[in-house]
Amino acid sequence: MGRTLAEKVWEQHVVRRADGEPDLLYIDLHLIHEVTSPQAFDGLRLAGRKVRRPDLTIATEDHNVPTVLGPIADPVSKTQVETLRKNAAEFGIRLHPMGDAGQGVVHIIGPQFGLTQPGMTIVCGDSHTSTHGAFGGIAFGIGTSEVEHVLATQTLPAYRPKTMAIEVSGELPVGVTAKDLILAIIAKIGTGGGQGYIVEYRGEAVRKLSMEGRMTVCNMSIEAGARAGMIAPDETTFAYLKGRPHAPSGELWDQAVEYWSSLRTDDDAVFDKVVEIDASTLTPYVTWGTNPGQGLPLDASVPDPASFTDPIARSAAERALEYMGLTAGTPLREIEVDTVFVGSCTNGRIEDLRSAAEILRGRQVKTRTLIVPGSMLVKLQAEQEGLHEVFKAAGAEWREAGCSMCLGMNPDTLQPGERSASTSNRNFEGRQGKGGRTHLVSPQVAAATAVTGRLTAPADL
Amino acid sequence: MDAFTTHTGTAVPLRRSNVDTDQIIPAVWLKQVSRTGFENGLFAAWREDPGFVLNDPAYQGASILVSGPDFGTGSSREHAVWALQQYGFRVVIAARFGDIFRNNSTKMGLLPVVLPGEKVEALQAAVEADPSLQVTVDLEGREVRWAGEAVGFEIDDYTRWRLMEGLDDIGLTLRHADDVAAYENERQPWLPTTV
Repeated sequence: MGRTLAEKVWEQHVVRRADGEPDLLYIDLHLIHEVTSPQAFDGLRLAGRKVRRPDLTIATEDHNVPTVLGPIADPVSKTQVETLRKNAAEFGIRLHPMGDAGQGVVHIIGPQFGLTQPGMTIVCGDSHTSTHGAFGGIAFGIGTSEVEHVLATQTLPAYRPKTMAIEVSGELPVGVTAKDLILAIIAKIGTGGGQGYIVEYRGEAVRKLSMEGRMTVCNMSIEAGARAGMIAPDETTFAYLKGRPHAPSGELWDQAVEYWSSLRTDDDAVFDKVVEIDASTLTPYVTWGTNPGQGLPLDASVPDPASFTDPIARSAAERALEYMGLTAGTPLREIEVDTVFVGSCTNGRIEDLRSAAEILRGRQVKTRTLIVPGSMLVKLQAEQEGLHEVFKAAGAEWREAGCSMCLGMNPDTLQPGERSASTSNRNFEGRQGKGGRTHLVSPQVAAATAVTGRLTAPADL
Repeated sequence: MDAFTTHTGTAVPLRRSNVDTDQIIPAVWLKQVSRTGFENGLFAAWREDPGFVLNDPAYQGASILVSGPDFGTGSSREHAVWALQQYGFRVVIAARFGDIFRNNSTKMGLLPVVLPGEKVEALQAAVEADPSLQVTVDLEGREVRWAGEAVGFEIDDYTRWRLMEGLDDIGLTLRHADDVAAYENERQPWLPTTV
């Protein structure tokens, strides 16, 4: 019987297999940031252990960093960032600190350096590591104990998850993006739908996505409960990788492409579960609640909790409406926002900024609008293309690279009761600041919303 | 980590679903560089509500958290596990868990127990009726017992053994350092390094 893509990549990385034990899996790349690593390095020191492969490890500063120029004002954040610097120096790990041309959100810099390649195993103490699966590898988030384990051994003991195919047929209509697709998928299968699975996104609509779009889709796999999401590599993948600093070149490039081309699910392989979705029926999506599964087309209205038959979903909806300050039956388009955020590991890449700029060109924003490039290289590229001038002329704020308003760990936050349209990945209670209310949207919807001050699709302008 | 065989204690019912790790420990608490001091951050935003179940004096001293489904979804922050443990919890019972949270728990010796949804609700109701109810979580026997009820749960043999022995994963893996070295010699030549 044939094998799925996930099975092929997994098998390639099994160091040791024994009855009744998890596989010992080799890790090709370990990404580090300041938040989930300090206790892991402490653990190494306490046990007198070294980092086995500093040459397969890379660190950046992202979660705590302010996105305006200047030092970190919060002393606790500052200590955390300085701790990473000390640890990276002591253990010999390459670090891209604030102000460095290579600094950025951990899941943006791996692909831009060409360190993220097909068929690799990639981990990071961050659940959005699933982003890297867009290149056809297995990439997943881990906790700090596992960060320490990978630092010490370059391996992880793990049971292979089950496999799920999400088959996306048809073509995304004009104005409907990768973000809308993944929000629709999460709304369909729920926040627990992917638990225990590696998801492979397949089908015509997925093949037609750019690498940026594929990363957006894989990034939010975790919001459907799946630790990893992946897309088989193809010409789009190879074209993205070619010439990047850490991509192979010459004869090794040819060898790599030959191998990468074998990384697809065999025709006779069987998935443990298959979910089908028709891309041609999708429209811009937006969340109304406090988990990423609580989403609807922008054309819809805030749902009535009584309409949920499952009592658990009903009480979750009641709670969500109360927290979000929303009334059932209100058209989503009538919801007014205070802040618009374009950025994050979900939508902070150049293509995302281009699409937001296209909508803001020649228009004025009505709300506070933060445009935050995912990395300093994205920032540089955007400025070379003149996008920053478009944003500034529209009245938006053009910031330095970082996680910014995706999570409440740096100065970019919502105040209690404030409402945002955000291109990030989580609408949890307090995610963007205590008491803040988040609606997850695509960069296009975010930009259109900035123009009108209420949830808006570009086609409405 | 501490070994876990059997634990008996009182429980607290958390009747919420999708309890994400941002709720268990809000992001501002993640700026700490130590492994201790997270008990005050546990459910920090929710605890500001006097009506929140953890503020109910009837449940003080509870060591078993009985939650609605999809507990521990979202962020990979292991701080969620540390906060629960440092507050005094040894066990979390739910119908479904976020994968990363569940994995982190077993690395630290916090036992995540999956019970069918109706059994979780029955236990929540029993605890609400009598907050002093003694609940036993028997890892060796793979069973949760309370007031004449006994409900089995599944956990793989290897994780169960590791928890019962209180074993450190890194120590176990380092026994196979030769296998790791042999694997490294056979890696594909085009794979990148960060140097």
